[in-house]
Amino acid sequence: METLTALFTFWREQAGKLGEQTVQHIGLTAGSLLLGVLLGVPLGLFLARRPRWAPAVLGVAGVLQTVPSIALLGFLIPLLGIGPKPAIFALFLYSLLPIIRNTFEGIRGVPPAVVEAARGLGLTDGQVLRRVQLPLALPVLMAGIRTATVINVGVATLAAYVAAGGLGEFIFGGIALNNPVMILAGALPAAGLALAFDALLGGVQKLSTRRLGQAGAALLVALPLLGGLYLLPRATGKLLAGFSPEFVGRADGLPGLTKSYGLTHLPSVVLAPALVYEAARHADVDVIDGYSTDGRIRAYGLRVLRDDRRVFPPYFAVPVVRPAILRAHPELGPVLAKLDNQIADSVMTDLNYRADYLHQDPKVIAEAFLRRRGLWAAPRPAVAGAPVVKLGSKIFAEQYILAEMYAALIRGNTDLAVETKTGLGGTTICFEALRSGAIDMYPEYTGTGLLVLLQPRPAVVDSLGGRPAAVLGYVRAEFRRRFGLEWLAPLGFNNTYALLMRGQQARALGIRSVSDLGGYLRQ
Amino acid sequence: MPVTIRATRLRKSFGPHAVVQDVSFDVPAGETLVLLGPSGCGKTTLLKLLNRLIEPDGGTVEINGRDVREQRPEVLRRGMGYVIQQVGLLPHYTVAENIAVVPRLLGQAPAAIAARTEALLTRLHLPPARYAGQLPAQLSGGQQQRVGLARALAADPPIILLDEPFGALDPITRASIRREFRELEELKTKTVVLVTHDVTEAFELADRIMLLDGGQIQQLGTPRELLFRPANDFVRRFFAAERLALQLRTLTLGDVFQDTTTDASAVSFAANATVHEALETLTAAEASATPFTVAELMAAFGEALQREEAAWKR
Repeated sequence: METLTALFTFWREQAGKLGEQTVQHIGLTAGSLLLGVLLGVPLGLFLARRPRWAPAVLGVAGVLQTVPSIALLGFLIPLLGIGPKPAIFALFLYSLLPIIRNTFEGIRGVPPAVVEAARGLGLTDGQVLRRVQLPLALPVLMAGIRTATVINVGVATLAAYVAAGGLGEFIFGGIALNNPVMILAGALPAAGLALAFDALLGGVQKLSTRRLGQAGAALLVALPLLGGLYLLPRATGKLLAGFSPEFVGRADGLPGLTKSYGLTHLPSVVLAPALVYEAARHADVDVIDGYSTDGRIRAYGLRVLRDDRRVFPPYFAVPVVRPAILRAHPELGPVLAKLDNQIADSVMTDLNYRADYLHQDPKVIAEAFLRRRGLWAAPRPAVAGAPVVKLGSKIFAEQYILAEMYAALIRGNTDLAVETKTGLGGTTICFEALRSGAIDMYPEYTGTGLLVLLQPRPAVVDSLGGRPAAVLGYVRAEFRRRFGLEWLAPLGFNNTYALLMRGQQARALGIRSVSDLGGYLRQ
Repeated sequence: MPVTIRATRLRKSFGPHAVVQDVSFDVPAGETLVLLGPSGCGKTTLLKLLNRLIEPDGGTVEINGRDVREQRPEVLRRGMGYVIQQVGLLPHYTVAENIAVVPRLLGQAPAAIAARTEALLTRLHLPPARYAGQLPAQLSGGQQQRVGLARALAADPPIILLDEPFGALDPITRASIRREFRELEELKTKTVVLVTHDVTEAFELADRIMLLDGGQIQQLGTPRELLFRPANDFVRRFFAAERLALQLRTLTLGDVFQDTTTDASAVSFAANATVHEALETLTAAEASATPFTVAELMAAFGEALQREEAAWKR
């Protein structure tokens, strides 16, 4: 009941977006279906005349059908970029099999005697096709189009991953934010669309052969019109933004940003987190959201716009440890402290770049960094039966690199043995491992500790106001009180949300901060 | 009589299988030629060579002296009615629309088409008021085949090709529709080529019969010729099982009573009525009303048979 209320509230608040997404969704479905019919029906007719080719053509269409939609989009992006093109093309490929197969089977299902009689009476091949075969195959053909339609309405939700819009925007935003209401806000209309199209075409299918012909013709007129919906003029601006679904949905993402900086006149598309950087790199979009220490910032020559009004919560990296290990091994504290404030944002970006783009081993990267900073010490010889320090990390390069740095420091400066448990999945897994003693420490981010692990009331979050020191102080005190865990000193970098632009463009427009961006857009 | 259809040295193979081998024949205008033979003898293929549903490997077909290849096949076919065993009515067309297919292809006026359709349906015992608007699925097998026949006749083509037209019907329907067919005024002036494997049907309908086997003509002649002067063993054996029945259907009262004093034509029978027909009438009617008894007829029939065979042997 509560969910329902929340759902209606959400729809009311986002009515404009819901309408736009629904129209886009219908447009994507109809456009791809039109292409599917334009190619699939002639191909099916060809196969009916040359059945020899049927296994090959239907086989290829069948294989296309089995390619997972996400993977298919992945293949298409290098060829077609992002936006409606890959989405419509992928949907078109999915619609081919049912349309070709049903055209083929429909024509083959026409009684041979009827065709022979028609030919014997003196109908030309074209007349036999138009007056006899197509009308009689139409019920089966329409069933194929119906199948393709329902498939496409479903798959079209994925268009939101490639900046093609549609109801998937809410769905993926909801998934990214673990917000069931938001997921339902997109999933229910999508399901409704599928059911509506299915019922409509199901009704058409039941018409008499004669009416069915008219319905088929009407469909051929309707599809381009519906597909054209997609082309309705959309808001345009000087710059186009491409955001990941999570960023669009969460309060401290785009909504907070828009409010604080007055970022009006910034039209945006939604696309998969993995694609935003590529989209910016290829100038499909101009402004993206990202993480301030991502290696691709360096690899693609992007510029991080300074968050001068501190909208994004601070996500300073800080080692979180079990106090027991520090008490048991007093020499450990100073060793861990060697990294305090050693790693600036740009440094971490560079290290991530080496891992993600140069594919260097995190261990190698960690050692090279320590050497440059004069922190490197050769590992001491292993002592049998030495106590073991267990280091954890989440599964991404930045965390691997940090874990390797700590491992090298401990091995070089103490007699303790080190065991790294890298790849502990997400935040919750690492945190639970630390609480249970399965690991002794891992690097965590202040914002994550605050919003994901502590989840205080909004009033508390507001009172902290995004000040790094205040947030660290709060999580430190609360972790001590509630979990008996200790946050040490920050490593220096802030891996938070960031707005990014291509460096060249940002320089040309003189944009350094988000305020600059807002100013430029308002000009 | 001018020759309407002339086939010359037709050949056709499907893969290694020679289906029609060097077949030549003429069909004069107005004749009914029956292509008869066992399954796989090539009779259907031969029929389809005439309207180019199948193209020959060699040989020619001429219609009224003109090679059929000079015309586009569909134009050729619009001038030849075509009826097949499975009927093949267009299931999404009404009875009237099915009949109107060819006239409409030929661009005839709608009013003329409607009048023609009505007339044909009436003649084939399908009252238009009831049947014209029905779909083929609503009709019985016999009714469907009548519509098929009407469709073939609609544009009044001079030639009608029929491929086992009564083959899918039950025996009773089959006998009655065959009688209708035989008595249809429309057909009496037309050149008809009909394919069947039913010997009785062939004898009942044919002016001449072409008996085929293995893609070759075994004998081409009148029913009487095939029956009393078989060209080879195959022909003899082909008719052996039904010999008597065929003789009854072949010999007329004129043949039987030619030397006796009984004047068949003076009473209720025409001289060209067959013995079979006379027997049917005799056994159904009261004996006193007929000029001769069954016994007299059979005796005369026996004598006539001997005469026929003796005559052919000379």
